This record gives sequence, C-alpha cells and structure tokens, in this order.
Amino acid sequence: MNPIIEAKNLSVNYGQTEALKNVSLMVEQGDFIGLAGPNGAGKTTLVKAILGLLPVLSGKIELFGIEKEKFNDWGKIGYLPQKLSTINALFPATVDEVVTLGLLSQKKIPRRIGFSDRKRANEILQELGIDNLKKKMLSELSGGQQQKVLLARALVSNPQVLIFDEPSTALDPESREFFFQLIQRLNKQKGITVILITHDTSYIGQYANKLLYVDKSLVYFGKFSDFCRDQKMNSYFGEYEQHIICHQHN
Amino acid sequence: MEILNFLHYSFIQRAFFAGSFVAIICSALGLFLVLRKMSLIGDGLSHVSFGAIALGLFFGIYPFYIAIPLVMLSSILILKISEKAKIYGDAAIGIVSAVGISGGVILASVSKGFNVDLFSYLFGNILAISTTEVILSVILSFVVLAVIYFFYWDLFSATFDEEYAKTTGIKTNFINILLTLLTAITVVLSVKMVGIMLVSALLILPAVTALQLVKGFKRAIIISSIVSLFSVILGISVSFFADLPAGATIVMINALFFGVAILYKKSV
Repeated sequence: MNPIIEAKNLSVNYGQTEALKNVSLMVEQGDFIGLAGPNGAGKTTLVKAILGLLPVLSGKIELFGIEKEKFNDWGKIGYLPQKLSTINALFPATVDEVVTLGLLSQKKIPRRIGFSDRKRANEILQELGIDNLKKKMLSELSGGQQQKVLLARALVSNPQVLIFDEPSTALDPESREFFFQLIQRLNKQKGITVILITHDTSYIGQYANKLLYVDKSLVYFGKFSDFCRDQKMNSYFGEYEQHIICHQHN
Repeated sequence: MEILNFLHYSFIQRAFFAGSFVAIICSALGLFLVLRKMSLIGDGLSHVSFGAIALGLFFGIYPFYIAIPLVMLSSILILKISEKAKIYGDAAIGIVSAVGISGGVILASVSKGFNVDLFSYLFGNILAISTTEVILSVILSFVVLAVIYFFYWDLFSATFDEEYAKTTGIKTNFINILLTLLTAITVVLSVKMVGIMLVSALLILPAVTALQLVKGFKRAIIISSIVSLFSVILGISVSFFADLPAGATIVMINALFFGVAILYKKSV
C-alpha cells in the first residue's frame, strides 16, 4: 500500500504551550481513520499541521510521497472544517459559488471558473441531493444543509483523501446517519481515504477501520480490531472505556 | 435639452470621467473590505494620506506622488503591526491613522505656509480635478481593476473562508497584502473626490447597499459598482446645480441609496 500521508516525529506548539509531541503515523490508501481523543488533545492541531494551516515545531510531513513544503497538488485533499465559525454569516455567496471554490486547487493563476467547472459543481450537488439549493445563499440554509454544501465543496475536486473535523456537530441524528453512510460509501466504492475527527468514540467503530487516538502525543494508531484486544490499551483506558469504543465495531 | 448643457464644461467632463473610475474601484474593493470587517482601513489610510499630502506640500512635491507610495507603505505597516505585535487590526489601523494625522498637523504648523492647500484635501473637490489627476486616476484605476480581475477567485475564496482557501493552495498572506495595497491606491485617488474625511463612505456605502439587495457574490460586486457610479454622477450633477460641495453630496446620495435598499429589503 502507498502511504498517502506520512508524519514523522511531529511536534506542534501554540506559543510556549505544547500541543502535540512526537507524533508519527502513516495513512495508507483506502484507510478510514477515526481520529479521536479528549477535548484539547491535539486532534484538530494534527490535521491543521498536515494541511499546512499551522507551523510545525519539528518533524516531517509527506503528502503523496512529497515533502509538504514542496507539495502543490491540493486538489487531491478535500477538507471539511469543524464548523462555519470562520465564515461570515452575512456573506452573499450562493451555494454554487461556494462549491466552485473547491475547484480552485486545480487551477493556476489567473484562476478562472468555466462552464465545465459549473457543470461539475452541479453534478456533485445532484449527487448529494441538494441541487435545488444552488441559488440559495449559504446563510439561508440549516446547519445540516450547510454541512452538505461544504461536503460538496470538499468533494468537487475528486479528492483522494477527505479530512473531516467533527462533521456531525451541526447534524440531527438522521442527517448524521446519512452523512456517515455517504462517507463510508465514498471510502468503500471509490477508495477515497478518510480521516475523520471525532470526540465521540462510541460510534466511529461502525465506519472506520483504523483508530488514531491522541492525547498531546500518540496513544494508539492501528486497526480497531487490534485496539479492542490490546492489553496496553486496556490498562490505559480501562475495561469499560475500551468496551465503549469497541462495542459497535462491526 | 438645456439642462444637459453643463456637460459641455470641461471641468464637469473631467469630474465625471475620473469620478466614474474611482467609484467603480471603491465599490469593488469595498465589498471585500466590508465582508472582511476591514471597512475602517479606508478611514485609517485616508488619515495617513493627510500626513503624506502635508509632506508633499512641505517639500514642494506634487502631493499624490508622495501620498501613493507612503500610503501603500502604511497599509503594509498596518498588517505587520497587527501580525508582529499580536494586536487586533482595528487597533493597528488606529495607531497608523493617528501617526498620519499628527505628522500632517506638525508639518502644517512648522511650515505655516500651506494650511489652506492642505485643509482643502479634508473635504476634497472633484470639480477642481486637473487633467494630470484625471490621467493618474484612470491609469491607477485600470491597474486596480486588472489586479481584481486577475485575482478575483483568490480574493473571493480568501474573503469567504481564509483557512479553507489556504488548503486549496491560495497564498492568503499575499492576497491580504495585495488587497491592502489596492485599498491604499484607491484611498489616495478618492481623497481628491470626496476628501480625507469621507473616503471610507465611498468604500462602505455601495457595498452595504448591494448586500441588502442581492444574492451571489458576483452580483453583489456588479450592483455595488452600479450604485457607486450612479451616486457619483448624480452627486456631481446635484452639487453643480444646487451649489453644494460635491464630495459631501456624493456621500449623501450613497447614504440615500442605502436607506432605500433597507426599506426595499424590509418590504419584500
């Protein structure tokens, strides 16, 4: 299997505060990784460091076998941020405009959006069943609909890796189910590698085949099935917690 | 029509011509600034231009030749101060703005000879715009428009969601610098039209008017430009016939459009 993302001895600080220490991991093609850990454990920090959104204190990151600093094929990576907090609620952008932003990674300056790009955006909106919303403003939509639009933006460039930061926060249980089944389908049918951050470990085992657990440093990275049998994890988490993480794993 | 005879005056033609270009660049940039909550950068930079114009007058150099590079430099300074000193952008704008005004006042006090000239820039007068200023305005407006066209999607993406824009390979730091540099040029060009005190109105009002009326970012830019253009043409015409100051009239008409837009939005 080819490594899609590889981190070696990665450390990240926020000022003087240590956010992540010495994390090494290798994500392989087709993986569905549940990235878990308590609040403030460094889950989002790890993902942001991989995406180049945060400076790294030490260590090395490779994306598709290329050093992150030299990597420029960002269309291969789709990202769905935690929430819409960074987005101005009054922004007049329509749904189709937002989705086309996902195609900019494939364009060279001067970036231009043409007919085929709009067609592609429309296709992905149809696939997600929200093409009827394409001329609506993002701020007019419900939390679940907004999340679908941002998923469309992440998917429109046909990425090989999808990174989700707590995608179910704004979703009701029904939408959450739809959302996770869709991600699972993309992983199984299209072979898209998925990294999904969650603080809720009780259901992620239904979908993910690997667990990446961090708490400032790497606690566990490997197959779910191995995690459930791991004695070291049993003493780290305790029997009850380990059981909660494992019990829904199919 | 007799009423249109005023269009034969060359000073009116110059005012319409330069005013139209400046109106369009103000409205296009204003939308990005308003949506980034950076509206007051126009105010801050116009205060810097007061100091820069004073410097030009002090050394007997054509004020705009000093103001354009100095205000561009100050716009970078605002970004760097907020980045390096880790303070909010509005505080950085406040610092640079105060230094600009203070510098201008000190120079005016020391020289004692150009106060009238300097204070005429406070409220501007587009009807007194010279041919050189028209040429300068048109050339620089073309530069600003070309850069906006060239980097439209980068500016849009970085304004909508800066973090996500970075993940698509957009150099957002470069885009931020570019936007402030374009704002600096636009502010200096607008000073002649509406004066230092009212520049920010030209950047803010057409943008917020458009935001009341339309869905879609591209449409918002188009409507903002139309509103701005109409305000300038109407403002210059009204000021000519009613013998009112042109800059203030342009701003009042802009404000009127904004009021109408709010009423319209409430009625639908």
